[in-house]
Amino acid sequence: MRWIYITIGVAITGVLGFLGIREVVSDPVYFLELLLGGLTRGSIYALIALGYTMVYGIIQLINFAHGEIYMIGAMTALIVASVLGLWGWNAGVIAILAVVFAVVYSCAYGFTVEKIAYKPLRNAPRLSALISAIGMSLFLQNYVMLAQTPEFMPFRSLIPDFAFWEPYAHIMSSVELTIIVTTVIVMVLLGILIKFTRIGKAMRATAQDKVMAALLGINVNQVISTTFVVGSATAAIGGVLIACHVGQINFFIGFLAGLKAFIAAVLGGIGSIPGAVLGSLVLGISESFFTGYFWSEYEDVFAFSILVIILIFRPSGILGKHEAQKV
Amino acid sequence: MVTIKKIKQAFFIALWFMVLTFPIMVIKVNTITDTVVFRWSYLFWNGIGTFFASLTWNYFLHLKENKQKTETSDDIPMVHQLLQNDRFRIPFLIALAVFFLIYPFVFPMYHTSIMISALVYVMLGLGLNIVVGLAGLLDLGYVAFYCVGAYAYALLNLHFGVSFWLALPISAVLGFMFGTLLGYPVLRLRGDYLAIVTLGFGEIIRIIMENWDDFSNGPRGISNIPPPNFFGIDLGQHGSVIYIYFIVIALVLMTIFFVGRLENSRLGRAWIALRDDEVACQAMGIDKVKTKLTAFALGATWASIGGVVFAAKTSYINPMSFTIWESITILCVVVIGGMGSAIGVIAGALVLILLPEYLRAVAEYRMLVFGALQVIVMVFKPDGLIKSVRKTYKFKKVEE
Repeated sequence: MRWIYITIGVAITGVLGFLGIREVVSDPVYFLELLLGGLTRGSIYALIALGYTMVYGIIQLINFAHGEIYMIGAMTALIVASVLGLWGWNAGVIAILAVVFAVVYSCAYGFTVEKIAYKPLRNAPRLSALISAIGMSLFLQNYVMLAQTPEFMPFRSLIPDFAFWEPYAHIMSSVELTIIVTTVIVMVLLGILIKFTRIGKAMRATAQDKVMAALLGINVNQVISTTFVVGSATAAIGGVLIACHVGQINFFIGFLAGLKAFIAAVLGGIGSIPGAVLGSLVLGISESFFTGYFWSEYEDVFAFSILVIILIFRPSGILGKHEAQKV
Repeated sequence: MVTIKKIKQAFFIALWFMVLTFPIMVIKVNTITDTVVFRWSYLFWNGIGTFFASLTWNYFLHLKENKQKTETSDDIPMVHQLLQNDRFRIPFLIALAVFFLIYPFVFPMYHTSIMISALVYVMLGLGLNIVVGLAGLLDLGYVAFYCVGAYAYALLNLHFGVSFWLALPISAVLGFMFGTLLGYPVLRLRGDYLAIVTLGFGEIIRIIMENWDDFSNGPRGISNIPPPNFFGIDLGQHGSVIYIYFIVIALVLMTIFFVGRLENSRLGRAWIALRDDEVACQAMGIDKVKTKLTAFALGATWASIGGVVFAAKTSYINPMSFTIWESITILCVVVIGGMGSAIGVIAGALVLILLPEYLRAVAEYRMLVFGALQVIVMVFKPDGLIKSVRKTYKFKKVEE
């Protein structure tokens, strides 16, 4: 059985590699554009996927409402920016305040959602928590739709065109540059938070063994809340960045973005933070090439196919550890 | 009871929510005309609403926690107790039968039509219950098989003029095959990995249907799908709705019978064992691959039968009827009804499908209410509305 898979894999890689090299040689600029576009896309996925993977690592729950938190971040930024813009504030101040408000409000929503919909279900069957999450997601979508509007709203970019980036702007816009740079910074900060701080240590301990962590004096509920807050903050940053990139938002954007990010998290091995980043980049870049060179209407099919293929070979994702089953 | 401390807590929660909902509820921006409207009254009502909501919420949560402490784990839900009692069961079943028999003749066609879709969901729910409730495999792409059934009937009818009655067994077989085919590669996956891959399959099938124009007519869908024929007699529009209604009733009864028999069969017990402990189950000599595949395939069979009925009922299908939300709705039917319990799934389907239809009076708010209800049901009844009860044998003490 195994060698059939391997042969097929090698054959597909060979054909794709051959086609790929031919394309690269014939039009290197286009190739570079696609690569950078994919990197941007992957960065955004990574910012959202982190929240999924962190929450999953700690309470083994697919937080379906995470996409909505991201949407609320983008929405808040839009509202704050429009109000301040109308009052005639300086563009730089508006950008900073919009991001700050988006992050603060997303964190608050993430925190509240956890307290209402997940905390009472800590000891319930896992599927019940999942349905509760789905209900929360529906609720938040409709809440934003009713309170604001079901239409798409144009989002004026908060990021100016940088003067120093002018010579390279034809390959990659300033917004894309900002997205990649921001993602790298957020990743580094998050890495420091998890590796070196007290709360990061507590998070890792809780993810490994909740009961033992509680015995050692870690306030598990507080750690879980912190995880939701941190995850929501990265999602909000992702939300603002992608809204700047795409230029319009509505109440439903959270769903597809959340789904893609979740795929990325699973691809990398859910529960693992480097896995989420790697999975997001793999997904983003390969999607970008696929839509660039093949058919764009089958983009989502391709994303899911990659997922299925990778999971067939590595059932717990690229970086996920294969857990031995305890009896 | 309500103490000063609790009122204080509720007050702070209300304040928190007022801050939380401020930008989205109070400020309404119109980005096209560049105007901003502040709706301060919302803030006030929201505060008052949250204050009372949080008081009730905490009160019930408190009740639930107290109840959990006193309750033993093996108490049987009231519905099951009533149904086991012969004095109650027989009149209840007769009343139910009479109700469903006269339903289409008493109520207008609109209500019959809604009832048909609710009953289709009963069928889908019972099918998914095999996969999720009994075998414990979280399938988020169940709608794929529903789609296969619907398109099988529509396309076979379009190209070869196959009738409803022939399409029913054909698509059942097709569903079975698809279930096995899609089930095979994901056998090694567990838990949430399985969920996301099945979700992927569901989306793949939908997107292919949407983009493969020559095969499925793309997003325009297929129209003029004929309703089932009744020995060649034209029943008219009203008559054919009633006819479909009774077909669905028959199919649902068949499903209930089959699933009930399966549950207590060797295979059904193997599913439950596999759900509870995979390793121990294999050690007892149960073939894991075969058991899982049959669960997938049988679940898929019911979904495709449901799809055929759906296509015949609406006479028009397009890929938008088979989005992932559909899978999620079916999953909600199973989990909210009570996983693994047939009565629960039936109750869940009737509540979840009929409720939004009758909530149309408050059309705008119905999905909001629906989402909130899902959360509330799960928080207060995490095992679903009607918990499943395994078949048990009770020994009565013999008086000596």
